[in-house]
Amino acid sequence: MTSTINHHLTDDLLMSYATGSLPEAFSLVVATHISLCDECRARLAGFEAVGGAVLDEAPACAMEEDSFAATMRLIAQMPTETRIEAEDESVKGLFPKPLRDYVGGDVDAVQWRSLGGKVRQAVLPTSADATVRLLYIPAGVAMPDHGHAGMELTMVLQGAFDDDDGHFGRGDVEVANEELKHTPVAAPGADCICIVATDAPLKFSGLLPRIAQPFIGI
Amino acid sequence: MNERHTSDARWVRLVERVRSDKDQAAFGELFAHFAPRVKAFLMKSGADSSLAEECAQEVMATVWHKAQLFDPERASVATWVFTIARNRRIDALRKQRRPEPEDLTWGPEHEPDQSETIALQQESKQLGRALAALPQNQRVLIERAYFGELSHSEIAAETGLPLGTIKSRIRLALERLRQEMK
Ligand SMILES: [Zn+2]
Repeated sequence: MTSTINHHLTDDLLMSYATGSLPEAFSLVVATHISLCDECRARLAGFEAVGGAVLDEAPACAMEEDSFAATMRLIAQMPTETRIEAEDESVKGLFPKPLRDYVGGDVDAVQWRSLGGKVRQAVLPTSADATVRLLYIPAGVAMPDHGHAGMELTMVLQGAFDDDDGHFGRGDVEVANEELKHTPVAAPGADCICIVATDAPLKFSGLLPRIAQPFIGI
Repeated sequence: MNERHTSDARWVRLVERVRSDKDQAAFGELFAHFAPRVKAFLMKSGADSSLAEECAQEVMATVWHKAQLFDPERASVATWVFTIARNRRIDALRKQRRPEPEDLTWGPEHEPDQSETIALQQESKQLGRALAALPQNQRVLIERAYFGELSHSEIAAETGLPLGTIKSRIRLALERLRQEMK
């Protein structure tokens, strides 16, 4: 499954996901990529192992006197965890499980809104420190012009897009920051569906900025 | 040193006893080692002592209930406990959901492979030693990143170190750890 993935997560993103400091929106893209990518899953395990070593070496802080008994009472109250059943392959759709959890289903459950033309988006509910959306770009169409002040993390779920950094197909991620000006164009073939996390509001330009763009250098 | 390093394989056996026999004595040993460390971890992340105590108890209760999901071929017990504590922190302190990758499932019949398990526990020991051997200024930043619930830019604001310095020290630390793990 991973053989076709060429563009992976950065160390920075994997470490921040391992430490738990990444905003929820970015964590969703990371978890979605790792669901499809054994290579990044293994790298994540390395970053989590560092966390284990840090915890193991850490100074201890004494627990309350009745702490163990209280924990045993808590255990008795909690429902028993059952082994997670392997998912039926026939159930598997386009979206890996973490994304399905946020959408409430697979691609057919997405509540799309038009961005003009046949381009559509759906913003997914996460904490407010960053935003994550699904974008639907018909094959051959350029992504809507947009500026980003912060970081933008894009992962392809269906179809593909091309930009100056190369060709991005299912599972590939692209990390863009304010320095990178990119104009992704959905490749011919299947329509392109991406998940995109941004830590500053995305500003989709309308007609006026499109004309102004060459002059103000968005 | 040696005592700590024999303990990694021992934690695995204790988790196995919790899983197969609901062995409270085995759980008690895990609790004595990990609960105070989880509590310290949560306090460094900004929890007051009563919240940290409560969350540490919940983390240990999760250890009991999820013992059957622990996979010694993929993680040391310390790493597994760390991930449970981290997720509890995100939930309790940041009030955010934590998207987790789809599980890799081995299928119901899978028994952990002994040699894989031993190799992984040895790598964990090696990593612990490598971490302890890092230059102080690198090790502190790694600990803060994992413990402090701080992004690199927040560490920069708090320590007064430029962001570039922090990033390059963390990168150096990771390179050293990788070298040691080769
Ligand atoms: Zn990857």
